[in-house]
Amino acid sequence: MTAQTPMLDVQNVTKVFGIATGFMRKPLTLTALSDISFQVNEGETLGIVGESGCGKSTLGRCILQLLTPEEGKVLWLGQDLTTLKPDEMRKHRRDLQIIFQDPLASLNPRMTVGGIIEDPLRTLMPEMSQKQRRAKVIEMMEAVGLLPEMINRYPHEFSGGQAQRIGIARALITEPKLIVCDEPVSALDVSIQAQILNLLSELRDRFNLTLIFISHDLSVVRHVSDRIVVLYLGRMIEYAPRDELYNDPKHPYTRALLTAVPVPDPKLARQRKITELRGEIPSPINPPSGCAFRSRCPYAIPVCAEKRPEIESSGELRSVACHRWREIEVEPVATGG
Amino acid sequence: MANVLEVENLDVTFSLHDGEVHAVRELSFVLGEGETLAVVGESGSGKSQAFLAMMGLLARNGRATGKAKLAGTDLLALSSSELDKHRGLDIAMIFQDPMTSLNPSLKIGKQLSEVLVRHRHMSEADSAKRAIEMLDRVGIPEASRRASSYPHELSGGMRQRVMIAMALLCEPKVLIADEPTTALDVTVQAQMLDLFKTLTADFGTALVIITHDLGVVAGLADRMMVMYAGRAVEAGGVDDLFYDPKHPYTFGLLHSTPHVETSGQRLSPIDGLPPSLEHLPTGCAFHPRCAFAMPECRKERPKLTDRGPKRSAACFYEGTLSEKEAAQ
Amino acid sequence: MSSITKKDEVMEAYTEALERLDAPKGRSLGQDALRRLIANKAALVSIIVLGVIIVAALIGPHLTPWDVAKVDWGSIRKPPDFAKGHFLGTDQNGRDLLARLFQGTQMSLMVAGVATVVSVVIGITYGAVAGYFGGRIDAMMMRFVDVMYALPYMLFVIILVVVFGRSPILLFVGIGALEWLTMARIVRGQTLTLKEKEFIEAARAGGAKPFTIIMRHIVPNLTGPVVIYATLTVPEIIITESFLSYLGLGVQEPLTSLGTLISNGAAVAEALPWLLISPAIVLVSMLLCLTYIGDGLRDALDPKDR
Repeated sequence: MTAQTPMLDVQNVTKVFGIATGFMRKPLTLTALSDISFQVNEGETLGIVGESGCGKSTLGRCILQLLTPEEGKVLWLGQDLTTLKPDEMRKHRRDLQIIFQDPLASLNPRMTVGGIIEDPLRTLMPEMSQKQRRAKVIEMMEAVGLLPEMINRYPHEFSGGQAQRIGIARALITEPKLIVCDEPVSALDVSIQAQILNLLSELRDRFNLTLIFISHDLSVVRHVSDRIVVLYLGRMIEYAPRDELYNDPKHPYTRALLTAVPVPDPKLARQRKITELRGEIPSPINPPSGCAFRSRCPYAIPVCAEKRPEIESSGELRSVACHRWREIEVEPVATGG
Repeated sequence: MANVLEVENLDVTFSLHDGEVHAVRELSFVLGEGETLAVVGESGSGKSQAFLAMMGLLARNGRATGKAKLAGTDLLALSSSELDKHRGLDIAMIFQDPMTSLNPSLKIGKQLSEVLVRHRHMSEADSAKRAIEMLDRVGIPEASRRASSYPHELSGGMRQRVMIAMALLCEPKVLIADEPTTALDVTVQAQMLDLFKTLTADFGTALVIITHDLGVVAGLADRMMVMYAGRAVEAGGVDDLFYDPKHPYTFGLLHSTPHVETSGQRLSPIDGLPPSLEHLPTGCAFHPRCAFAMPECRKERPKLTDRGPKRSAACFYEGTLSEKEAAQ
Repeated sequence: MSSITKKDEVMEAYTEALERLDAPKGRSLGQDALRRLIANKAALVSIIVLGVIIVAALIGPHLTPWDVAKVDWGSIRKPPDFAKGHFLGTDQNGRDLLARLFQGTQMSLMVAGVATVVSVVIGITYGAVAGYFGGRIDAMMMRFVDVMYALPYMLFVIILVVVFGRSPILLFVGIGALEWLTMARIVRGQTLTLKEKEFIEAARAGGAKPFTIIMRHIVPNLTGPVVIYATLTVPEIIITESFLSYLGLGVQEPLTSLGTLISNGAAVAEALPWLLISPAIVLVSMLLCLTYIGDGLRDALDPKDR
């Protein structure tokens, strides 16, 4: 695989859920993701950011085939995962792992820490002996900063931060190439968040991992990502390298999002001019016609209600989905930048 | 500026089957009229329990001692029925999850007008009108129609606005907001914080905002108080604490937060874990995690001392707090 | 597998050393629950009483002076007489009531035990599979359960009796066949909840096959509700067995069960009260104990401890 071929190539992924409404009534359709395309190169960290209903968690699961997209392809090292049968997909699971948001819910309360961490090895590398597995578990525990003596303890005996380390050890044990991190620090205290973020960066460098970092927290995403995808109601509305996104956002939603993030600096906070958005995020069951963001957008014009904007290139390695991105004078953000 | 809330030596203790736990110890502070005070801490800091105690909302195995004077009246000395008269009228509290704070089987207009009928002894008609006015004031579109909705018909942000409306209906002197925006989306949070600013200015309400998010503090508060393991470890003006913190924990928090300047670099997290309240370290509760710890920190607990005009910190270390010093 | 290199040997040596280090055992949820259960006074007393009854039922027959089938012609229909060794009296046939009581209790316990095991095993398997796979499989499986529920139970048992003749085995099958339905429903409900938890997703991401997930991740987390439900239905099973025997569909002479003893005793309660009182006391005690234990288990296994 050359440096040019992306490791992960997501093409036009669409995911729809049916919601039962009653015995004789037609089920509602919820389009969680609509026509999502992006690429991730080896060693990169892609940030996926958005608020509730944007579909970011669904996207993470579609990449790993924990959910199957209705349309589109997920090309991993050139192979389309969506067409694989479960047995064939299993061969790839060694290389594709996931870390969850709620550390304690992601650990089986009835298994010991050792059992939890070695579980993927038992399934995916059955040729390993029990001793070899144990050795690997201890290696991983040390790598994530857990004392090996804790190996027989149960999840409920740990704090949130430690439990998340267990989850990370489990994700790393098969030596994956790509890890989807689904809001890995959102449920943790601030001081622990920083520890875990540092740990993830360290591990990424040490094991040469490619990460997909999903979060609603823009400051965190900015801290770890190389490139960022912004989602709104299941649609990709902007895609750019980190610094460009934060310094020069092209989409009105991105800009609003960036200014809405409270910044821990009183003087800057006072200077800031926030683009306040009207209203709230619409329900994904019934999104606005045309551009999903138009109901809250300060720059909306009639065409925004008629036609959904296509995602188009807005510079080198960046794209945006907005009818008016060229015309809008988006002021530089007074701090996000 | 008069003080609308004066707290002296507030202690909150919970009796568990195998002993007692002190959730809050010796907490003292004042809140001026119309001021916004941020109370910052992580889980186990006691920040919520202190205020739940003042509102008389502690769990049954909880006990509070000390004084909490609201415009002269000690709330902790009142009986439950006497406290009822003040709750909602002079002092109100809103919580993180509005869904559990609202009655799911009553229309929101009714829930609001109930408060007025009870505390202000208004007539049904007048209170209904005032309720709609308030809903409009907090930014709920089509307020008169919305007043007939049930809580589950509203989104999270809307519900939180209803809570704010309910809390401010009687124009209380103090509003306590416990992590009011943590469960909300970023863009909705921004609207909510703006709303807090406008309303507290309009009504002259003093606001206590309990949060772990330093960004929220920076954007909203005049003064802040940092709590750790049940005690206040630093207090003062927001600018003072952000740009020149005197307590290593405050310093650590500021440097743990991903921030504009730190993108790409490593954060300097605080090592270790928050202490268990049942097994606090000797001396200063923070010393095991402190990069500036000295031998005396283990032996004796530092008291809150003045560190300048209108600010205080509980720490023996007098030197500068900086990354460089921390490395030593 | 680049990792299985020399490093492996080093790690193995480390593991050996660690084993000698004796990593402390964690406190499992089960141990926590057990501790809480024992702290519950009512449950503890009930466990002891029930234990006594069970032990007595098992070894009692070897200790009584009178054999269960032996007829004491000299003491027919006699109230308790310690001198003759009839501690609880004799019945209309001159048999020692204490010996009969031991045997009856044994029978009732056996029926309850076997029926519970049968219903638990079938119920868990059925419910977990239906719950995990969901969709049409679940719908079909649960419709079957619904249909079975609707069938008149008595009719079903009578048909069994007609086909297989009367035997205690019939009781086990008949009662177990009814109880598994409710167990399956409960297990399915729990599985539906568990299925959504992130650790199940984690297992799927780790490549585990559905069968592995059900056995390794779902079933162990079902023990709470299953144990509670099982404990609370044992009383029900005993009563059902008693009822069936009373109707003549269950245990028949010379074997006896608590139910049979009670029905015999009830018939002559005015004249020979002791024939009713002893088995009734034992039955009621067992039922109370089981109920308290079930309640205690429910409190102990409630994961509200966090």
